[in-house]
Amino acid sequence: MTATKLTMAQALNTALRDAMTADESVVVFGEDVGPLGGVFRVTDGLTETFGEQRCFDTPLAESGIAGLAIGMAMNGFRPVIEMQFDAFAYPAFEQITSHLAKMANRTRGRVRLPVVVRVPYAGGIGGVEHHCDSSEAYYAHTPGLTVVAPATNADAYGLLRAAIEHPDPVIFLEPKRHYFTREEVDTATPVPPIGQAVVRREGRDATLVAYGPSVPVALAAAELAATEGRDLGVVDLRSIVPFDEETVLAQVRRTGRAVVVAEAQGFASVASEIAARIGERCFHHLEAPVRRVTGFDIPYPPPKLERHHLPSPDRILDAVDALQWDET
Amino acid sequence: MTEDRLEADLAAMWRIRAFEEKLQALHKSGELIGSVHLCIGQEAAPVGACTELVDGDALFATYRGHGWALAKGTPTRELFAELLGRATGVNGGRGGSAYFSAPEYGFYGENSIVGAGASHAVGAALAGKHDGSGRIAMAVFGDGAMNQGAVGEAMNFAAAFDLPVLFVCENNRYSELTPINDMVRNDQLTERATALGIPATRIDGNDPARVRSTVAGYAAEARNGGGPAFVELITQRLVGHYIGDVQQYRTRAELEADGLVEPLAVATSALAGSGVDTDAIEGRARAEIEAAAEQALADPFADPDTAKEHLYA
Ligand SMILES: Cc1ncc(C[n+]2csc(CCOP(=O)(O)OP(=O)(O)O)c2C)c(N)n1
Ligand SMILES: [Mg+2]
Repeated sequence: MTATKLTMAQALNTALRDAMTADESVVVFGEDVGPLGGVFRVTDGLTETFGEQRCFDTPLAESGIAGLAIGMAMNGFRPVIEMQFDAFAYPAFEQITSHLAKMANRTRGRVRLPVVVRVPYAGGIGGVEHHCDSSEAYYAHTPGLTVVAPATNADAYGLLRAAIEHPDPVIFLEPKRHYFTREEVDTATPVPPIGQAVVRREGRDATLVAYGPSVPVALAAAELAATEGRDLGVVDLRSIVPFDEETVLAQVRRTGRAVVVAEAQGFASVASEIAARIGERCFHHLEAPVRRVTGFDIPYPPPKLERHHLPSPDRILDAVDALQWDET
Repeated sequence: MTEDRLEADLAAMWRIRAFEEKLQALHKSGELIGSVHLCIGQEAAPVGACTELVDGDALFATYRGHGWALAKGTPTRELFAELLGRATGVNGGRGGSAYFSAPEYGFYGENSIVGAGASHAVGAALAGKHDGSGRIAMAVFGDGAMNQGAVGEAMNFAAAFDLPVLFVCENNRYSELTPINDMVRNDQLTERATALGIPATRIDGNDPARVRSTVAGYAAEARNGGGPAFVELITQRLVGHYIGDVQQYRTRAELEADGLVEPLAVATSALAGSGVDTDAIEGRARAEIEAAAEQALADPFADPDTAKEHLYA
């Protein structure tokens, strides 16, 4: 039996376990990830099973953690490192953007760095500023990084396996508000290739494009819209970089209307890039300008104000309503 | 040491303890949400150190900073309001437990990024050198923060520029769930400072008088152009890293031992037989805190419509 109900944290844990079993070069490290299993318990039991050499605690030093991963990767290992919360990765930003991202290109492929940087990602947990950032734009903007954001527990498993197998660095964004959500996961499903979006819901009238934690929100909006007689499709990008333009454009060409949904603030964001691509590549199929529903252009607000900030089904449906529908 | 002083210190420590315990209750009842890091067990450090700072000095703390803010004179009501997301908070309810600042009281802010505040303190001290104010700065951080590059950079800056910065390391022996001894080879953290040419002392951080006299000595030297100093305070948190941390990484025996040396217990037994009514001290602190919390709870929430103020986007 390979299909079981797992929380997203368990699905990720299983992926790490299976990858460590399959490949001895996979090592896991970060703050508190060792014997105690990490603050979100994603690395639970790995030290016990694989020993301290394969899964270990580090000093509180993100720049050092990322740098260490680079040095290990240069010497045959596949490090999977954890950055406890989104903004705690910023002390490591220099290592990630100036070194991890650039090495393969700079060396013309002679030095490749199969490092996975796991980031508990985005908000929705009543956390605060640094704990809830959506940091994908920084990474997506940096050539050399692959940026993956699973939305389902099955994808959390499959895409983490794929990320670990990937020959170059991957920023792996885990929607932390779903860590403890339970869903069916079949670990025998073939590992999905990175860079392929999936249509989560077919719809005739308009296409919602989302990734990570915004996918369930988009699906909820589509459900609501259906009760009001509007048929919305939902595309889950799964990977932000590479961006699966083909799947997205094919959907939008069919519906002629699109709304991009993302939790990050909208200005200069991934959502903006997607909207721009759609505008450029299928302008003549569009019935209305592409809309974005995003977080506001503010630092992540304190817990009491969070619900106003996050894209909600209502805000998505308002955007859909604004897509220039002919009164018939 | 006079009993008067100890009595005043116990009262100041009780204000902090009562404040933190009230937060525990407010978290339980759902009034307080988000991650909250309490300083229960570590009250002696702010109470001992803050009396040696004067108007114009700059104090920088961490997410575990409520006690430092209170000891520095931030009013309880405005602090509760801040943590409870009220518009009347010191930052209009927008900072919250791990982020607020109250520079009008010399409290230049908490910081939720471990190690990030240390160089801010160095900058404040350099500003004091340039503006002739004679300001000294104090940077407070934990044992785990010693391993952040940013803290090492800040200490060397202060040393190289002979700046009046007091680095105060509250060593509660844990960096979240990880014991400090697992993450360093040399657990004499003071030696990192001395290696940079910064005078340093490790002391009992549970004794407010000892903290005070040590800080006083270094502060006097810093004000006289003597440059930075480093104080390592050995202490303990009696509660989890954050509210909700069940501390499965600590034994009951360890927690019990910590309970015997924690500052309020020690001060209370030191005052036994002196005629000081320590129960009354506790009672007064709790009454003040209750009243402040009640007022804050009645205040209006931060208005979402003001979210875009102070930004350019
Ligand atoms: C840059 C960064 N990395 C990780 C964290 C998560 N984190 C918060 S507190 C903490 C431990 C800090 O330990 P220490 O410096 O000893 O201070 P204490 O909490 O014990 O007061 C960690 C790892 C963070 N806040 N910032
Ligand atoms: Mg500590």
